[in-house]
Amino acid sequence: MTAIAEHYRGLAAGSAVTMASALNQALSDALTEDDSVLVFGEDVATLGGVFRITDGLAASFGQTRVFDTPLSESGIVGTAIGMAMNGLRPVVEMQFDAFAYPAFEQITSHLAKLRNRTKGRVELPIVIRIPYGGGIGGVEHHCDSSEAYYTHTPGLRVVTPGTPADAYVLLRQAISSPDPVIFLEPKRRYWSKETVSEHHGIAMDRALVRRPGTDVTLIAYGGAVATALEAAEAAEEDGRSAEVIDLRSLSPFDDETVTASVKRTGRAIVVHEASRFCGYGAEVAARLSEQCFHYLEAPILRVAGFDIPYPPPSLEEYHLPSVDRILDAIDRLQWQETAALVKVAS
Amino acid sequence: MVTIPSTPERLLPAANPTTLLDPAGRAVPGDGPDLPDADVLLALYRMMVLGRRFDTQATALTKQGRLAVYPSARGQEACQIGAVLALRPQDWLFPTYRDSMAVTARGVDPVQVLTLLRGDWHSGYDPYQHRVAPQCTPLATNTLHAVGLAHAATIKGEDTVALVMLGDGATSEGDTHAALNFAAVWKSPVVFLIQNNGYAISVPLAKQTAAPSLAHKGIGYGIPATVVDGNDAAAVYAVVRRAVTSAAAGAGPVLIEALTYRVEAHTNADDATRYRSQDEVDGWLGRDPVTRLRNHLRDRGLLDEAAIAKTDAEAEAQAAALRQRMTTDTRHDPDDLFRYVYAEPTPELRRQQRELAVELGQAQGGRGAG
Repeated sequence: MTAIAEHYRGLAAGSAVTMASALNQALSDALTEDDSVLVFGEDVATLGGVFRITDGLAASFGQTRVFDTPLSESGIVGTAIGMAMNGLRPVVEMQFDAFAYPAFEQITSHLAKLRNRTKGRVELPIVIRIPYGGGIGGVEHHCDSSEAYYTHTPGLRVVTPGTPADAYVLLRQAISSPDPVIFLEPKRRYWSKETVSEHHGIAMDRALVRRPGTDVTLIAYGGAVATALEAAEAAEEDGRSAEVIDLRSLSPFDDETVTASVKRTGRAIVVHEASRFCGYGAEVAARLSEQCFHYLEAPILRVAGFDIPYPPPSLEEYHLPSVDRILDAIDRLQWQETAALVKVAS
Repeated sequence: MVTIPSTPERLLPAANPTTLLDPAGRAVPGDGPDLPDADVLLALYRMMVLGRRFDTQATALTKQGRLAVYPSARGQEACQIGAVLALRPQDWLFPTYRDSMAVTARGVDPVQVLTLLRGDWHSGYDPYQHRVAPQCTPLATNTLHAVGLAHAATIKGEDTVALVMLGDGATSEGDTHAALNFAAVWKSPVVFLIQNNGYAISVPLAKQTAAPSLAHKGIGYGIPATVVDGNDAAAVYAVVRRAVTSAAAGAGPVLIEALTYRVEAHTNADDATRYRSQDEVDGWLGRDPVTRLRNHLRDRGLLDEAAIAKTDAEAEAQAAALRQRMTTDTRHDPDDLFRYVYAEPTPELRRQQRELAVELGQAQGGRGAG
């Protein structure tokens, strides 16, 4: 924990940062503190990345440690595995969510499995940064929410920040992790700003209550955290007190924090952009029904993307979970039915 | 005006495969590398005999149910042994599932090598002990690991070359393309050794590529390429040695295509008579790599009948020891299922580990009560 707090000094409390600059600072600090850290991928060196997350790093640390690769995602992840076998800590960038799919075999068959295959003899401390999700008016293949592919793969850790300051902390923690980490960056929040406060001291695999509440738990991650917080504000005006949990770590899942909240509120809604069917929310709902069944006042609902390929920019507003859709879901949580039951019981 | 540079001839393979010994074992004069020294040739011979015996023993173990499956490399001993003996201690080997013989030649305990095929665990040896990556089952994916490891060596200033083995079928995979390209752009110290044994399970080379040779793929990446007689251990050793030296000197990667033949079926579970003729197999048996080198050494007076018998006896003794060690059943610990997934098991994995322990405890209790 001390190490995390020290890492966190890279962001001065009181300063306002964007998620993009927080990520840049995290990479810069990791490169400074550990000579074995490398940053590479497509367009990350000279250009600074298509989202400028790696801006200036090649100039500061040289093209041996921050470099452009040929255009092959499988090549990037496959060579990162070899480099990690030889003692380096690669942090690689996939340019967009859907462009990471060519690397899928290297990720699922090797990155996730080599430690287990060799009974712990081969350690692969690799971070794969993937800008993911929609909301930026991107054309096809630039807006996928691909988290469930990775969370379904044992051996990977999957994290996603919901706020700028947390982006810094989580990325530092991911780079320090002895396990491979899929680091999903909600690209629609790259330019959102946050004034940095004191470090929360939370480990990488723990969820965080972003907003306390008593009536319903909204469980969100990545780009949906801000939407859930906004919905909670609006619900307050309707007299419903919503607690918002930012999962941060999608794998492993922080049962403790989430079930504690749902046992208190008795109601839960999972919010994500990804398609609903076999989406991440299905796992969350299943776990909550297994662990909180007798505390639940209503079925667990999911506010998710439709089961469609990600829509074109002019239609994406109909697809993305919105504040209104979350408020509608809150309304459907059987408030009257429960009240009637309580009346009958008494 | 843009001009295309003239074809760099040095990148193209020569018209004929590099051969140092003809199938009868006679030295072939040519402008290729020198014939290795006598002590190297004797080491190649001994290791090929031991390797072949290991291989036939492993196939026999499948018939006794001691191995789940075994992909034989019989007939490919010159590639397996020639390549490994050409490596230096600080170099790395990235083998495939068919390269068990090469892995044992590198010094890995044969029982540990067979852990995978025995079904005890996915890999049985410490990759760092002999600098041998776990045998790779998905095709061509190991080529990128080799490039990454070699590139890391360059970054760290280490004198290390990575030799990666792949088959003719694997050259059709995208990762082979990416690996050759990355290695060339980065000038990584990597030796790509394609063992072209004629078949990808049942699919012959003609259905795999329309290239004049697999070595011709090198020029597209700017990688110098060589075709070598893959049943001539002296030639494989010399060509790989030259490539290792060149890569270690900073000249970048080298592509080698070794022409050889898979004498056995793809694995013991395969039926090769469905896709190739016995005549074809017999033709290749006449080009046997072990016989070729033995004839050569005998003709030069470097190997007599007593020495041949001694090596054969050593091979028999090793096979007997392997048989003996493989007859003992391994104790399996179900907790191993959860131990190595992450550096520390997650809370969820600990829960699942307890679930299994309870289940096993109840099962034992049930039997005890009955």
